[in-house]
Amino acid sequence: MTDVTTETTLSPETRAPVQRAAPRRRFVADALDVVVRSIVPVLLALGAGAILLLALGRDPITFYSNVWKGGIELTAWQDSAVRAAPLLLIAVGLVVVFRANIWNLGYNGQFLLGAALISGLGPRLVGSEPRWFALVVLFVVAGAAGAAWTLLPAVLKARYETNEIITTLMMSFIGVGIANILIKGPFQDPTVNIPQTRVLPLDKMLPAIPGTRIHIAVLMALAAALLVHFVLTRTSFGLRLQILGANPRAARHVGLKVPRLIVMSFLVSGLLVGMAAAADILGTWGYVRANWNPAYGDTVIPFVFLARLNALALIPFVIFYAVLSTGGDLATQQANLPTDFLLVLVALILLFMTVIEYLGRRRALGASYLTPGLEQALRYSSRRRKASE
Amino acid sequence: MSELLTRTFLTALVSGGLLAGVPLMFTALGETISERAGVLNIGLEGMMLVGAYIGFIGAYYGHSFWAGFAAGIGGGALASLFMVVLCVRLGLDQIVVGIAITLAGEGITSVLQETQFGTTYPRLGAPPTVAIPGLSDIPVVGKSLFEQPLIVYLGLAAVAATSWIFRRTNAGLNLRAAGEKPEALDAAGVSVVATRSYAALCTGGLAGLGGAYLSIVGAGTFTPFMTQGQGFMAIVIAMLARGRPLWVVLGSFLFGISLSVATALQLAGINISTDVVNMLPFIAIMVALVAFARRSYLPPALALPYVRGAR
Repeated sequence: MTDVTTETTLSPETRAPVQRAAPRRRFVADALDVVVRSIVPVLLALGAGAILLLALGRDPITFYSNVWKGGIELTAWQDSAVRAAPLLLIAVGLVVVFRANIWNLGYNGQFLLGAALISGLGPRLVGSEPRWFALVVLFVVAGAAGAAWTLLPAVLKARYETNEIITTLMMSFIGVGIANILIKGPFQDPTVNIPQTRVLPLDKMLPAIPGTRIHIAVLMALAAALLVHFVLTRTSFGLRLQILGANPRAARHVGLKVPRLIVMSFLVSGLLVGMAAAADILGTWGYVRANWNPAYGDTVIPFVFLARLNALALIPFVIFYAVLSTGGDLATQQANLPTDFLLVLVALILLFMTVIEYLGRRRALGASYLTPGLEQALRYSSRRRKASE
Repeated sequence: MSELLTRTFLTALVSGGLLAGVPLMFTALGETISERAGVLNIGLEGMMLVGAYIGFIGAYYGHSFWAGFAAGIGGGALASLFMVVLCVRLGLDQIVVGIAITLAGEGITSVLQETQFGTTYPRLGAPPTVAIPGLSDIPVVGKSLFEQPLIVYLGLAAVAATSWIFRRTNAGLNLRAAGEKPEALDAAGVSVVATRSYAALCTGGLAGLGGAYLSIVGAGTFTPFMTQGQGFMAIVIAMLARGRPLWVVLGSFLFGISLSVATALQLAGINISTDVVNMLPFIAIMVALVAFARRSYLPPALALPYVRGAR
């Protein structure tokens, strides 16, 4: 099993009985299972994308080789690595909530609010303070902004069970608006006519690994993924989140403080999304323009599912997408298509993944990308409702 | 503020509110139908965009607004077919598929618009309107309220019809049972899957129509990402309306008015940042959610696929 923890950490009552094969055969079957469930949807989506390109009158081979050229070749891989940093931080932040079966879909607002705040405060801070101190402060500010923006949905969910999909989305739109107001208002660069913040001087940004363009936030993102994986799989907090995700009622019955747990997981998620903004602004861009919205979260969601909500397994997937998106910039430009074509590829990956998952469930292959709670809801919906009456 | 300014302000507010409210009304009505049947449709945004694009194509090449609206309905229903097959038939996760539909709708319409109209930017003329005799002569707001394209009146009729279907017909009872207690519906000999499939298709069609109204009547053209979160707004309206179609109308027009406040204020000579104004509907929704959080209601079987005999 790739997701050993899901198996072992749950009490027998909350799990469906799983048929176990002999250990060695199980290992081979599981390895095959991972390949089929994770990589086949990607290949199918790339294939369907090729057909779509043909239908649009573009050459798919040129397109995909341009992706390779723009995302890997020469020093392009460094750009991909840099692009991976914010993506990985957001993805890890989503893992934290999704594991608890909470849907934080407000990442765009959390990200942009953090980005606007630090690109506004950054130029003021980096001049006066020692560089490392200013950078740490900015990371904290961005993280705090992201976390603060999840607070209202978290409290509403914890106290009134208000649907968090709706509240986080609404807060996201509000956050994007406030970010724009900040950029056009107090943080506007007075020397230019375009609505944007002052540009951080290059030597004041995150230091790069010598000889490359890869800045230290890339390493931070990797460290964050490892840390979150450790916390989720090896600590009691992770276990509690798992139980909450599996069955909120059971969590309440074993005495977990569910409201506090909900708020905590929301805050950690928002913190990581905010830090992603800091990594992106302080590492790559140095400023924010009004109405800029890279929507990293939207495109990284499929990979969170593909990695089965496993922070460690996320790393290769996010690297793959970072290459696809960095190279995709060149490829779509060469093919005279808008970069939104990549959204179609991502959506195709999601759709193929659900279909493969369905086929897998039919063949009773075992673990699912769904949290156990959702999976159980699918299979045992009627009993659960009877029990609650 | 002078009399003239108040009048322009009111007219702009009311007509703008209607213009922005009608697509919300169609889409939220669709979401109400599918939520009642137990299907949570997060992909509404994508369906609206597909409807907006195909509707615009229909109106542009068909040289008829009705062709456009019909094409929009078809486009939305086509997008919701994914929902029907993957979620209702196969029982896959509705949230994941919904996100996929939204992403695909955003991407594909943007790509198609760019490749087809990237350089020409064609526009449609203003649609013909029908004035209700008598009412449209009311001073100040009469003309803007009661002189609308025919589709608006048809939409209001559709809301009334849905309300009636929910309350008075077997089909409406089946629909509600599919969301409240699918086992009971199954035991009564009605197919849960079929009921939910029709509901989801209706939702797609209505969301497509909402999108088509947005592109054909509202903007006169299609621009990528033109829905700007209205699909999600419609979900909220449907949730706050708690499945009652008449409240959907009220909610839609309230949010339509909050969307049109900006233009109205600008016409009245008050300059206010569009960013502030764009946030208003979302802030209104958050306030409404905080105030009425305990009272929003969702069917118990929402977002749970039905598996016969599962336990």
